[in-house]
Amino acid sequence: MIENLLSWTQYLPALSKGVGVALSMTGIVIVLGYLLGLILAYASVSKLQVIKIVALVIVEVGRGVPLLVLLYIVYQGLPQLQLTPTAFASAVIAFTWSAGAYSAEVIRTSIDAVPNGQSEAAIAVGMNRLDSFRFIIAPQAIRVGIPPLMNIAIQFFQFTSLAYVITVPEIMQAAYFQATVTFDYFSVFLAAAFLYAVITIPATMLVSRLERHLAKHL
Amino acid sequence: MLGVVGYIALGIGATLLITASAFTIGGILAIPLALAQRSRFAILRLLVRGVVNLVRAVPPLVWLFLVFFGFAELGLRMSPLMAAIATFSFIAMSYFAEIYRAGLAALSRGQEEASAALGLSTVDSYRFIVVPQVFRVVGPMMASYGIGLLKDSALASTIGVVELTFRAASQAQQTGQGLTIFAIVGIIYLLLSLPLAIVSRQVDSRLRARFSVA
Repeated sequence: MIENLLSWTQYLPALSKGVGVALSMTGIVIVLGYLLGLILAYASVSKLQVIKIVALVIVEVGRGVPLLVLLYIVYQGLPQLQLTPTAFASAVIAFTWSAGAYSAEVIRTSIDAVPNGQSEAAIAVGMNRLDSFRFIIAPQAIRVGIPPLMNIAIQFFQFTSLAYVITVPEIMQAAYFQATVTFDYFSVFLAAAFLYAVITIPATMLVSRLERHLAKHL
Repeated sequence: MLGVVGYIALGIGATLLITASAFTIGGILAIPLALAQRSRFAILRLLVRGVVNLVRAVPPLVWLFLVFFGFAELGLRMSPLMAAIATFSFIAMSYFAEIYRAGLAALSRGQEEASAALGLSTVDSYRFIVVPQVFRVVGPMMASYGIGLLKDSALASTIGVVELTFRAASQAQQTGQGLTIFAIVGIIYLLLSLPLAIVSRQVDSRLRARFSVA
């Protein structure tokens, strides 16, 4: 009976190869996504209308269009322009676009969350704009922004499952392959669900602890 | 090109059907879950919390495959459309339960105490005092989750539901015009989410004008 209940665990080794791919993809996407987010957040308050509009369009498309469609735009769309990125690169490009858009919103609202009086006071004591941002605004905005930014990282770890549709060998691709060989669909996808949950749940708990910790100092 | 767009646009029906069904079914099933989280019995609270967290910890695609392929293996065979509606209703249920819980938590405890003091029954207190106030907090959150649901419904294409993304993918393969086709589909999704986005913003600003909800 116990053996039957735990039969799904036999698939964990085969799927764990996908975990490495999923985690490394998440790492790359998050680093690039935060960078893009920073650039977009800065561009979206630019005084140049053109830059502002371009940034807003990139953000709105990145947040409003299904990630699966973004993935197809890159993977099946770029060949139309004679560009043929690999499946992994396509997934990284599409996910970075989306992660950048979400991060830009978080960064923008975190900076907005710092009361105006703070930058006024910084200017009043003679700081220039760069110093006021570096020493006064940024340290306070980071406390607000870090938990949601880390939640974006957890979200995108889950989103890597979508890369399965363009044949990236992540967890779901490995699971689907196992399932078609063994016909043991339920157990295989249960094992996949377990692998995602076992990474996501502790990560989420860690972020909410951090959130409570940071909130104390606000 | 116009014929292609027309063919793809026929998928709007299936996309909206999945979104609206999951929104409605999930929204209703979440009510008992949200109330259970305020139960006196710690076991019930823990159980519901556990389920809600577990559902959200696993990607929607995995749930979709577990329901469509996994349940079929166990003898519960569903059409792709049914499987998609069932899966997204189940996922929406746990998100809505969390949204309702947050809404109830935002309501001052004094409201319920006051209605009890006035002699209102539990049902009446929920009907006339709690729900109308909670809805104002929860409405915008539900609208933005609705947009998320619309986007997630694209996943149904992976199990063969002939909706927007499925039709687009098949056309892209036939014509080799992936960029044009998926750009059009992207715009269709943005247009479809526009009404919800407007509702979410309007409700929000009307609320802020009438109540000072934090």
